[in-house]
Amino acid sequence: MLDCTPKEPLQKDAHTIGKINPIKTCQPVGAMYAALGIHGCLPHSHGSQGCCSYHRMALSRHFHEPAMASTSSFTEGASVFGGAANLKTAIKNVFAIYNPEIIAVHTTCLSETIGDDIPTIIKQSEVPEGRYVIHANTPSYHGSHITGFSNMCKGIVSYLAESNGSEKKERANIFPGFVNPGDMREIKRIVTEMGVPSIMYPDTTGVMDSPMRDTYEMYPRGGATIEDIKDSGNSKMTLSLGAWSSDEAAATLQSKCGVPGVPLRIPIGVKATDDLIMAVKEGFGVDVPESLEVERGQVVDTLIDVHYQYEGKKVAVFGDPDIMVPLAEFLITMGMIPKYVVTGTPGNKFEKTVNGMLEEAGIEESRVRAEGDLFDLHQWIKEEPVDLLIGNTHGKYIARAEDIPLVRVGFPVFDRAVHPLMPIVGYKGCLRLIEMISNVLLERRDRDSLDEDYELIL
Amino acid sequence: MENECFVPAEPTACIDERQFSIMTTGKNKSRIHCADDSLAGAVSQRACVYSGARVVLNPVTDAVHLVHGPIGCAAYTWDIRGSLSSGPEMFRQSFSTDLKERDVVFGGEKKLVACIDEVVEKYHPPAIFVYATCVVGLIGDDIVAVCKEASERHGIDVIPVESSGFISGNKIVGYRAAGEALLKLIRPEEGETVEKTRKLNFLGEYNLGGEKWLVERYLAEMGVEINVAFTGDSTVAALKKAPGACLNLVQCSGSMHWVAMSLEKEYGIPYIDVNFFGAENTAESLRKIARFYGDEEIVRRTEALIEREMERVRPVIAKYRAKLAGKRAAIYVGGAFKALAIIRQLQELGMEVMFTGTQTGKPEDYEQIGNIVSEGTVVIDDANPAEIEKFLLEKNVDMMAGGVKERFLAHKLGVGFVDHNHDRKDGLAGFDGAIRFASEVYATTCSPVWERVKKNPFEEAEG
Ligand code: SF4
Ligand code: SF4
Repeated sequence: MLDCTPKEPLQKDAHTIGKINPIKTCQPVGAMYAALGIHGCLPHSHGSQGCCSYHRMALSRHFHEPAMASTSSFTEGASVFGGAANLKTAIKNVFAIYNPEIIAVHTTCLSETIGDDIPTIIKQSEVPEGRYVIHANTPSYHGSHITGFSNMCKGIVSYLAESNGSEKKERANIFPGFVNPGDMREIKRIVTEMGVPSIMYPDTTGVMDSPMRDTYEMYPRGGATIEDIKDSGNSKMTLSLGAWSSDEAAATLQSKCGVPGVPLRIPIGVKATDDLIMAVKEGFGVDVPESLEVERGQVVDTLIDVHYQYEGKKVAVFGDPDIMVPLAEFLITMGMIPKYVVTGTPGNKFEKTVNGMLEEAGIEESRVRAEGDLFDLHQWIKEEPVDLLIGNTHGKYIARAEDIPLVRVGFPVFDRAVHPLMPIVGYKGCLRLIEMISNVLLERRDRDSLDEDYELIL
Repeated sequence: MENECFVPAEPTACIDERQFSIMTTGKNKSRIHCADDSLAGAVSQRACVYSGARVVLNPVTDAVHLVHGPIGCAAYTWDIRGSLSSGPEMFRQSFSTDLKERDVVFGGEKKLVACIDEVVEKYHPPAIFVYATCVVGLIGDDIVAVCKEASERHGIDVIPVESSGFISGNKIVGYRAAGEALLKLIRPEEGETVEKTRKLNFLGEYNLGGEKWLVERYLAEMGVEINVAFTGDSTVAALKKAPGACLNLVQCSGSMHWVAMSLEKEYGIPYIDVNFFGAENTAESLRKIARFYGDEEIVRRTEALIEREMERVRPVIAKYRAKLAGKRAAIYVGGAFKALAIIRQLQELGMEVMFTGTQTGKPEDYEQIGNIVSEGTVVIDDANPAEIEKFLLEKNVDMMAGGVKERFLAHKLGVGFVDHNHDRKDGLAGFDGAIRFASEVYATTCSPVWERVKKNPFEEAEG
């Protein structure tokens, strides 16, 4: 009885007032994740400690890694007199105790409501020689965790990136978007495979998927170095993956340092991966190596071999917009029907983009919604069921209530492990998605079949 | 000073200002400051007032828990406590007013009203708890008034939980806010009374991993019935019968003592402290309950149950003890009540407790802890990861019991881990829980994976 929606579908369309079972969370967690993608960085939450604890906990539960971040520890005083004193003390203490190379401050609803002027406070703070304090405003009553991620990416660019005015280097900047470290690793591999040097940031590889070592490092070896981030102003171009999470940062870098940004989708699926590779090919005049051609060929080969296992099945997908858009596109390529596509992050652009893709594919009667929640989605599924659900952990209630298989993709995934290390991007990611999707559908088929219909070979 | 109980014998702190939050047990008793606010710049493990209130009230299974605030506060607390329900699952849905900028500027009361109306129309819940988060406290929404009006309009309980977090980072303030909300919920209407029974209420039991059901089975065997638990697997209707109990059991001292005292004052229900973590504690608690009823048959059945169960538990503990004796353990949990219980269990397993701390301990608690651990044990209040790291390494700890925030740090430090918090999936209470706990401690402490960590051929090759 895990129904999150009344048994009978409501006559009225979904609700609009508050949220019931949200598909988003607040900005700071995205900012914290982005900040962890800088080597030697301690994210700092300017607000009360409760928020900070929650954000760290959410990251730890998803990545199965410690997620370090400090807090200004607001008490009532701060709400009356402002949080400037707290932040200054915090900056001093953090450098003295935790000794990071850089502190990335993000705000919370609390400090935003109070109206603390972070840049001024930072200017008045004691920052040791050679260390940095950067910031991003992340009010959660606006946008979602993706907005927070984007804001921090922008903050990193505005504070750190520099151009020395000389000729640009034959090198790509990569803004990966809010994806798992396994995805970031794969994107870097593809670009390296093409023989193009790159700087990725935020880069949480080696941080949120760090290996077990002899000694524990509070600042693991991964992450983009400050030096590289600074130098990104001298790169030839920026591959900006994900309109919601990366485009603003890319635009900032373009206007600040004159590095042109190429807006791309996060490379999920054949088409988006092709687009990334073509952008690198054209941008740097390099050839596509045989190895990548083989990888692509394997994906297409697999799609041909197993398409009958999933073709025509209806899917409900929900999650972050930059993942939903290319994922829906890949589902269309697979011959599946993205029946419902929902994101919790606001913005009409989402509905327009996805509807456009559906229209082009000739798929009718799908429903797409930005700033929706799982209440909406569940209502729709009650009205007309689907065969498969793709989304984060929170989809498991619907999966159980409606007895639909769930493929876990996105953030947060709290009830499975290993996923942060395994890519869903690139051609390798295509294979993994195909495997995950067809496995759950075949397992369902096996489970549901009668003895006489139970087949050895599928 | 009220918050002081010991003076530091030997300052072991990493930060000067924190030296009074850490002590090492030894001959000269030291004092510890515990309810101190966390430092600005700390990587504090502490939660907030709202979180304290939410964990206490969340297991009321058929109520709607509506979080009045921006989206995050609700999203992070969505079904995070593994309380199980034998019926309704309403509490596992996440309701948020999802405050937006204009609400923050012009006030969120209207939106709250609309959300309450919508929820009532869609779900017809018997009660709604409306939680105030920090922002709501700042913008000054009058949730008490909104709730009162909504109660009248809909004829159900709409109860404000005043849990604005910034008042204090201490969860105990949140427990109190939850306690007040519960008392409000169960207070009979004017002129109505609740019939008295021979049943008992079980305060501070949240049915994590079905722990309430386990104790319920023991009690049933003794001939004692649970009226309602606060709040594990409870419903609004069952809670309203709380005044009819003849006894209150209090399990989690942090969250429920105040409620027990209020129930005694208001309804004349006496209370006793119980503790179902560990076989010895469980046996003691069951005996206490039997003594309260003073019925020979109950006492006889209780003794029979304890004898049977202890016979089952003893060899298991002995088996694990043989493997765990001498291993070194650390504890970092929310409340001191639990810390004490775990120390005892680990000691029964022959382990040495090297380091123990809580988020919300009171001075008396720390004194009690100081009395049962051996000399040289580090006792710490509101530990930060740097301190946890330092002591885990320094004390060469093999296994830690704590919550999710400590888990992955411990793992990275090569230390085994048992979740004794919301993320535990199997009950750790009662006799069965004692067995489960011992097996979990063994599984993590002696996991074969540590062999592979120690024997890394690449490193040997490098010499
Ligand atoms: S805003 Fe307040 S109530 Fe919400 S999570 Fe932060 S500290 Fe807790
Ligand atoms: S107050 Fe804002 S920042 Fe803090 S948890 Fe709530 S939504 Fe997130």
